[in-house]
Formats: sequence, structure tokens, C-alpha cells
Amino acid sequence: MTSPNTNKSTGSNSDSSAIPLLEIVDLHVNVEDKEILKGVNLTINAGEIHAIMGRNGSGKSTLSYALMGHPRYKVTSGKMLYKGQEISEMSPDQRAKLGLALAFQYPVSIPGVSVSNFLRKTVNAVRGRDIPVKEFRLELKALMAKLGVKDEFLSRYVNDGFSGGEKKRLEILQLSMLNPSLAILDETDSGLDIDALKTVSEGVNALSKADTAILLITHYQRMLNYVQPQFVHVFQDGKIVASGGSELALELEDRGYEWVTSEMQPTPGTGPNATKTSSSSSSSSPAVVGAK
Amino acid sequence: MSAELAPALNNKGLPESAKPELNKSAGLEGIGNDYKYGFSDKEDYIFKSGRGLTREIVEKISAMKNEPEWMLKFRLRALDIFNKKPMPTWGNCGLLNDIDFENIFYYIKPSQKQETDWDEVPEGIKNTFDRLGIPEAERKFLAGVTAQYESEVVYHSIREDLEKQGVLFLDMDSGLRLHEDIVREHFATVIPAADNKFSALNSAVWSGGSFIWVPPGVKIEIPLQAYFRINAENMGQFERTLIIAEPGSFVHYIEGCTAPTYSTDSLHSAVVELIAKPGAHIRYTTIQNWSKNVYNLVTKRAVAHEDAKVEWVDGNLGSKLTMKYPAIYLLGERAHGEVLSIAFAGEDQHQDAGAKIIHAAKNTTSMIISKSICKNGGRTSYRGLIKVYPKATGVKSSVKCDALLLDDKSRSDTYPTMEIDEKDVNIEHEATVSKVGEEQLFYLMSRGLNQDEATAMIVNGFFEPFTKELPLEYAVELNRLIQLEMEGSVG
Repeated sequence: MTSPNTNKSTGSNSDSSAIPLLEIVDLHVNVEDKEILKGVNLTINAGEIHAIMGRNGSGKSTLSYALMGHPRYKVTSGKMLYKGQEISEMSPDQRAKLGLALAFQYPVSIPGVSVSNFLRKTVNAVRGRDIPVKEFRLELKALMAKLGVKDEFLSRYVNDGFSGGEKKRLEILQLSMLNPSLAILDETDSGLDIDALKTVSEGVNALSKADTAILLITHYQRMLNYVQPQFVHVFQDGKIVASGGSELALELEDRGYEWVTSEMQPTPGTGPNATKTSSSSSSSSPAVVGAK
Repeated sequence: MSAELAPALNNKGLPESAKPELNKSAGLEGIGNDYKYGFSDKEDYIFKSGRGLTREIVEKISAMKNEPEWMLKFRLRALDIFNKKPMPTWGNCGLLNDIDFENIFYYIKPSQKQETDWDEVPEGIKNTFDRLGIPEAERKFLAGVTAQYESEVVYHSIREDLEKQGVLFLDMDSGLRLHEDIVREHFATVIPAADNKFSALNSAVWSGGSFIWVPPGVKIEIPLQAYFRINAENMGQFERTLIIAEPGSFVHYIEGCTAPTYSTDSLHSAVVELIAKPGAHIRYTTIQNWSKNVYNLVTKRAVAHEDAKVEWVDGNLGSKLTMKYPAIYLLGERAHGEVLSIAFAGEDQHQDAGAKIIHAAKNTTSMIISKSICKNGGRTSYRGLIKVYPKATGVKSSVKCDALLLDDKSRSDTYPTMEIDEKDVNIEHEATVSKVGEEQLFYLMSRGLNQDEATAMIVNGFFEPFTKELPLEYAVELNRLIQLEMEGSVG
């Protein structure tokens, strides 16, 4: 199991000049005129793993779609800064080229398009160059071996007739090839049996590097046994209501989400900036019990 | 657009004086970068008929070809039928009635004779086929080629080994001249002149096309190809193809078509007859990519005898209006027919295509897969017929039509007809119309593809059941064409 990367540069307030990888400020998002995100604040630095937990319908997935730029998820106010750059107006492919990638909870099928063809086209698009076929194949085969993906996978149509587990493996395989600076994983653990969960988690851990970050959105704690976040946030009614270290996840597993509502509402007077959560603002929320 | 020179060329057949026009690239101006075959050559013809259709023109065509008397009679009878038959009252009548039969050139002979060496083909025409990649394709992966330019085949070749096995692969005119007995026995037996107005027209003025006869048991493993090129404005191209596969033989024939882009219309009206004798197998592949000023009104029909198999693999990308419903008459027990087609309709295009399968014998089977895509106000229609005669027991047939709309301006219709006069049959029919899904686009775009690239990928995937049936080179080319069509198409 990986342990949190402790020697990163972002853990201290003294390094205030570093631009965060992702900075979300008071983000409001509508879906079909209904407000789903109601003021989200979140800062993620390179080298970090964050987990967002929350009940179904709390708006977790909306955050991932809004980050990736789904056309039906409209930002009504607030900021999404990626490496200091506002991305709200960017198309999904522009965001992908900047280094964002989303592992979908429900990846759609693309009938008639083989996995190998799809991977080649998308990886070339994101990397901005045509990788020689041989080089590409070597890289792909190595990753497939790690993720326990069989060769015959490559000639199948993207997600067409895939089992839940196969879809998730393909998502992680894609992210591994795309090598994003921010990997957003939307309920990647759902629908996986324990063995699959383990290999997929190993794939996720491999995405974590000094210059990349992971945002893990999940309903359950179980994936966090394998992928250890330094930061855990609780999502409720369209915003983050509590943040803490990895032990928060265990507590949630133990006690459910109810106690967060009753005990851990941000204290009156904590405005958007005060609830802003990252390794560098560890005093902002009562739920923060020390990130390290 | 292009200068109106044609009236100067009457039907006196002046070889030299008919050519002083300058190379007009005018046709290129009207097109986007999505049709790369829209260029035209200067006209340098041995003979160009006047506009309009008369008895004299039909007689002239027949005389220039030195045809036997029975063929002239057949033509003249067909001309009468054409003149008497009303225009179809179904399909896109608005567009059909716009055809000005008096404004068309019915016969253009581009060169003195047919060559078997590309170097002997007149320079301009050779260059055109070079640009279309035909000689290269021939070198790489074809067993034989005919190249038709306007009304006549200008180049023809067949691999020696096939010739030695007795395979006949000729242009239709040479077929008639050299193998009159075979032609007479089969010609117009599958599609009589009176079948419809356009088959009558073709029967009256036909010229060029392919004649293929495959001896019993001979299997031609690599494809034969014909390439049809219209060059002149307001040209009418009426090729006639007849393929006869003797018992136990196999042939795969591919045809491709392109034309320059002009501001006024041309007409392509072919008749294609296939005869698959017992146990024979014919596959006929078409990639039709006419420019968007060409009316493509084609009658294609096959008969399949006992244990025979016929496949139409039919791709329609170009033309202004296509009306084409490849048919298979399953006449012998256990005969099998398949029609696999795609249609792509962009702005100002209507692809009215489909299939007809007639089950006239026991235990015959068939499959129709039709896939169509429209965008930018384009229109696709599937028009199909499955007919099962009484006592044709054990028939199995499945029909699947899928239409994909790329925007709200476009339109797709399905007109399936079933005439089933036997109870012991198994017929499946399935039709879907869908739009390119927002979720699919988002998924692909989140992986770095822009909207056009993402749409092209979805479209290529949609057509994949068709593409995978093509020889690799054609599949690659088709995917590339689709990519071009998609550029800037989705807003």
C-alpha cells in the first residue's frame, strides 16, 4: 500500500507562491436550471490525493462533470482555476489537453470503434503528437499486464457489452495512457469485486506522482483501503461540509453521514474562503484533524 | 460557373474541332474542401452528341458501336418505353421532376480506342485516373480493372492467370462484340427495359459498363474493379453491367464513381444485372461518391439460383439524389442474399436507398443491414421490400435499418414493405433512428478529441459493420472521406 507522499512542496503555508494545480472557488453549477453545486471550495496541489465522499445525490458526480466540462453542467458563478488558468469556458478536449482526465462512473459505449483504435486516437490527441505504433504498443502492453487486461480487449468495441468491472478497468487503462496531471475518478470502485478493486487501485496509485494529483469521488470507504488520500472531504447538498485526513473516511464508514450533518457543520461565520480546504488551510474546518 | 460551350458541339462528331475550350477549373470553386474529386478536364472528344434524346442519337450510338441488329431493335423499343412511361410518383418527386432530359448529353466518346496500357491512354484522361489513384490500386491489389470515362471504357486489363482460366472481364461493348451468344442469352433477362423509366432509358442509350463471365468452379480471390468517371457538364452516363457466375464460381466486383462539381446537373443511370448460377457466389461492392450535382438513378438486380449467394455491398456518399434499391431474387432452394448498405446525406443531398429481396424458393435466407447518416439538412430514406411467395417454406430473413441524425435540420424516413404469403417463415425487422448522443460526444471529447473528431469517430463506428466488409484500402479511404465530411459539420 502506498503511504501519503510526505515530502511534497505544498504542505506548508510558507510556500504561498506556488500556484495550486486546481483551485475551485465558490463554484455554483446548474443542471437544467436547477442548482446542484452551491458554493464549492477546494484546492488541490500537485502530489496530493483527495477523496470526496458523500451520499448519492449530494452533487459529487456533478463536480466531476463540471470540472471536465460537460455541456449540460453550467457554471453560474465561481471559479475553476487549473494551474492558475480559468477553465470554465473551455471545451472538454481543451481541458483534456491541459491535463485533466475523468474516469467515468458510467462510461458510454462507442459501437464499431475498437479499443485499440480509440486509445491510439485519444492518446495522440492529448499528447499532441503521433506516437509511433511500436512505441505505443509497448507502452500499452505493459500497462495492460499491470491492470490484468487481456489482449482480446483491444479488438472489442469501446465499452460495448462490457461488464461493470471491464468498463472500470478500461477507464483506468485510459487514464494510465493519458497520464493526466489531475485524474478525477468518479465512483471507480462501484461494481468491482475485491480482486478487481485491488488491481484497479494499484493502477490508480500508479497515477499518483510528485507532479500529479488525484481526486477520488466515492460513496464507500473500501477503495480508500488501497488508495490512501491525504485529504477527505464530505459532500452534502452541493458543497463540502467537512474536510479531514484519511481517518475521516473511516469515521464516515463507521458512523455514516448523519453525524457530519449534526456535529460537523461548518461553524457560523465560516465563509467560502474559510471552508476552503487544502493542505495549506488545515485550520479552516472543524473536521480537520490533521492531514498528516 | 463553366462556360456554355456545348451548343457548338452538334452531333456531327467532329474529333478535332470539338476541343478548343480551355481547361476550366471553374468546377472547383463551388466546392468545399470535402470533395476532392471535383476537378474537371478540358473536353477533347472523338464524338459528343447534341443535347437531348432522339431516335437518331440511339441509332447513331448503335451504329458507332457496330452493333448487331437485335441490339438496335432492343434500344429503339426501350426508347419508346422510356418516352411512354411516366416519371415515378414516389421517392423525391420534386427533385426527379427537375431533371431536364432535353439538356443532357447522352453519348460522349472520349477516345478512339480502349487501351490495355495506361501509357497509351490519352494524357489528360490518364492524369485524371492517376489523381483518382486507379493505376496505383490496380498495381497493389486488383485482379483486373476497367476505367470508364464518359460513355466509353478507355482502359481495361485483366490478370493473365485469370484470362487463362477462361474468365471474361471486358467492357460491355466488347462483350457484345466478342461473346454475342452469352450476352444475348442473358442480357436484360434480369432487368427488362420496361422495368422502370430509368431502366428503359439505360436500355436505349447504354454504353460501357462491365461484362464478366466466370467459368464453372473458378474462384477469383482478389477483386475486379471498374471505375466510372463523368467529366463533361450535363453528361448522362448509362453504363450497363452484366455479371454471370457459372456454377460453383466466385467473383468480387468493385465499382467506384466520381465526377466534377458543376453548377448544373448530370445524370448517372446504370443497369446492373447479376446472375449467380447454382452454388455460385457474387459479391458486388459499390462506393458511390458522385459530386453533389449528379442524379444517381440506378437499377441493380440479381438472381440467385440453388445454393447460390449474392451480396450487394453498397456505399452511397455522393450525388444530389440517389434512388437505388439493389434487389436479389432468390430463385433456387437455399439461395442466400445479403444487402449491406450505407448512405450519407449532407446539405442538398437525398439518399433514397434500400433493398429488395424476393424469396421465391424454399429455405432461402436473406439479410439486409442498412445504415444511414444525415447532417446539415441532408435526407436519407430507407425503402425496402421483403417478399415471400406462397410455398416458399423455411424462409428466414432479417432486416435491420439504423439511421443516425447529426442535427435537427436533417431527416430520415423508413419505408419497409413486407409481402409475406407463406406462414412457415421467420422474418425479423428492426429499425432505429438515433441522434449522436451528447454523452458519447462528451466522453470522447473528455479524451482530447475535438467535436469534429469525436463525431467522425462515432460515425465511423456506426458504419463499421459496412466498412469491415471492404478491402482494407477502401475501408481506409472511406474512413478518411467521412473524416473530411465531418470537418466543421457540427456546430
